[in-house]
Amino acid sequence: MPPGVSLSDFYYILPELVLTGGALLVLIADVLLPKERRAALAWVTLLALGATAAALVPFANTHVEVAHGLLAVDRFSLFFKILFLLAAAITVLMSIRYLETEGAASPGEYYFLILCATLGMMIMAGGIDLITIMIGLETMAVSFYILAGYIKPNQRSNEAAVKYFLLGAFSLGILLYGMSLMYGLSGTTNLRVMASAFVGQEKDPRLMLAVILVVAGVGFKIAAVPFHMWAPDVYEGAPTPVTAFLSVGSKAASFAMLIRIFVEGMPSMSADWRLLFYVLSILTMTAGNIAAVTQSNVKRMLAYSSIAHAGYLLMGIVAGTARGITATLIYLMIYSFMQLGAFAVITLLRRKDVVGDELKDFSGLAFRNPFAAFAMLLFMLSLGGIPPTAGFMGKFWLFSAAIDAHYYGLAVIGVLNSAISLYYYVRIVVFMYLKKETSGSDPVITPALALVLGVTVMATLVLGVYPQLLFRVADVSARTLGVAGITAAIR
Amino acid sequence: MPSAYGASAYIPIAIFVAVATGFALFTLVFSSLIHSEKYNKVKLEPYECGIEPTTDARDRYSIRYYLVAMLFVIFDVETVFMFPWAVIFNKLLLFGLIEMMVFIFILVVGYYYAWQKGALDWV
Amino acid sequence: MVTLNHYLILSAILFAIGTAGVFVRRNLITILLSIEIMLNAVNLTFVAFGRALGSADGQIIVFFVMTVAAAEAAVGLAIVISLFRHKESLNPDSFASLKW
Repeated sequence: MPPGVSLSDFYYILPELVLTGGALLVLIADVLLPKERRAALAWVTLLALGATAAALVPFANTHVEVAHGLLAVDRFSLFFKILFLLAAAITVLMSIRYLETEGAASPGEYYFLILCATLGMMIMAGGIDLITIMIGLETMAVSFYILAGYIKPNQRSNEAAVKYFLLGAFSLGILLYGMSLMYGLSGTTNLRVMASAFVGQEKDPRLMLAVILVVAGVGFKIAAVPFHMWAPDVYEGAPTPVTAFLSVGSKAASFAMLIRIFVEGMPSMSADWRLLFYVLSILTMTAGNIAAVTQSNVKRMLAYSSIAHAGYLLMGIVAGTARGITATLIYLMIYSFMQLGAFAVITLLRRKDVVGDELKDFSGLAFRNPFAAFAMLLFMLSLGGIPPTAGFMGKFWLFSAAIDAHYYGLAVIGVLNSAISLYYYVRIVVFMYLKKETSGSDPVITPALALVLGVTVMATLVLGVYPQLLFRVADVSARTLGVAGITAAIR
Repeated sequence: MPSAYGASAYIPIAIFVAVATGFALFTLVFSSLIHSEKYNKVKLEPYECGIEPTTDARDRYSIRYYLVAMLFVIFDVETVFMFPWAVIFNKLLLFGLIEMMVFIFILVVGYYYAWQKGALDWV
Repeated sequence: MVTLNHYLILSAILFAIGTAGVFVRRNLITILLSIEIMLNAVNLTFVAFGRALGSADGQIIVFFVMTVAAAEAAVGLAIVISLFRHKESLNPDSFASLKW
């Protein structure tokens, strides 16, 4: 074995190895299984995700750098890995019936790509080196390019894939150019070594350029205004379960990457990047919410709502304190549940010849399927931030973190935006409960979808009433980062 | 900066460019001076490595050609990792061999999938 | 004398050409090529810095960028061909079943 590499390195990346093995297994099984038994692939996929989750258990208290500082196995990455695995499992459960309705030819390919995207996200969350972050990001992004265009006969799906691909590749170029400057100015690709190399270089214009480029590149990935133009089209055109996974997994992974790059890699530049994110945060939540008001397609509306949520999430980054990062982590977890749940309800409405994502498809849902309507009501209230749902708790922490760091204006704009957002969330509720005319047949809830709705509803309710456990976990995760470095740079 | 970066380092290249251009020009000019001016159909045909041309060269390719080209691009670029590996193979020993086997195994799984799905069939 | 700055200026120019191409050109394949130019500008920066710093990291990351670029190009072409079969056009303005 070459110097510097040891078997323990492979032990620490056990979850990733298990997931890779599972993905390859699904791909081979797709070829070997006879056509009529391929529906079983969804369960193989869930098994692979479960095995990966089990492989995470031994690392609950680990805090190490693996393979010359390419990956960090710590509480922060653990938090995100759990989030990704949950989101992936929920997405798979949502996909089973959706793929049947669409008559997709090879489900194995689809589930393989979901697993690959999850693998990429896990590497992004653990990456503390430009190389690993870039590889993780691309493993995720390339999988999503294909997934977005998965329904090949559907032209909207095709267009979504092309748009996502073009803007994704473009943003990769920008991000990598920024990274190349970071490398050149620090002489290392390791973020933690970089952090100390940048001390004293704060006024170097080339470093400023690097910060701006990386902020723009990351901005594309989290769909922050003005880098958001791909999001509504892609969210609307992509298959609904893919949209759900994209809006949750990809966003969370990009935030993990953002926190790693800026908090771990450039704490001494925090005055610059916090200013940029401050502007982005205000632009993103305001533009996202105002655009969402005018939408009649629910998927598109949720796309703008997800853009607005990127703005809220950025508030925690702007605050730059341990409390701010904690709030971002908490809100990411809560947001995942309510967003996945809302998309699960849309999947439910998908029938032959009916896409089920228009506002009118929701009219009278309360009389056709009271449980689905109640679930949607809950998700909408939670996304709008109404107590006693989880969304309120998440927003409360984000706003108080902003106030705590003396960003009073930002908190006020956040509250005003939440008020605007209520308009379009409540509009769906009005359609479901107050419109009498019902269209088409009643939506049927399969056991898998019932499980998805059950889990997301429970999470949205329980985290709203009893958030202490999540708070403690997120707090410990955020504190494994060297947030103290930034806080020192601020004061 | 080492002196290899200086302008003098480019002198061999300049000489090479001059000789190559000169030779090409010389051949063209000299042959145009001594050749005979008799043309026939065979002489005017485009040269395609000795194979008789059947159709016009400016034809539309089948879209299947792109599929094969894409697969080629993907599998071709992996050699980028094999060259550095080969250079230090003597230091990596068994560990390096196993690592590369794992890498190639993953590629083979992808190749097998593409093959079984009929991506390589020229239907 | 070719110094680090020459390489950096060249790569900045390449990057600008690529970026301009993405915005100006109205053909999906040309846009793809422009993105490739951007990625090659990135590669040049990495290699130039790696040489100047005497560290191999810059070259290692270039290997990965090249692989990623190849994977992206293959996936991108596949998606573009799939869309072309629907539309028989490569002009992004003609793909308007979703609003831009």
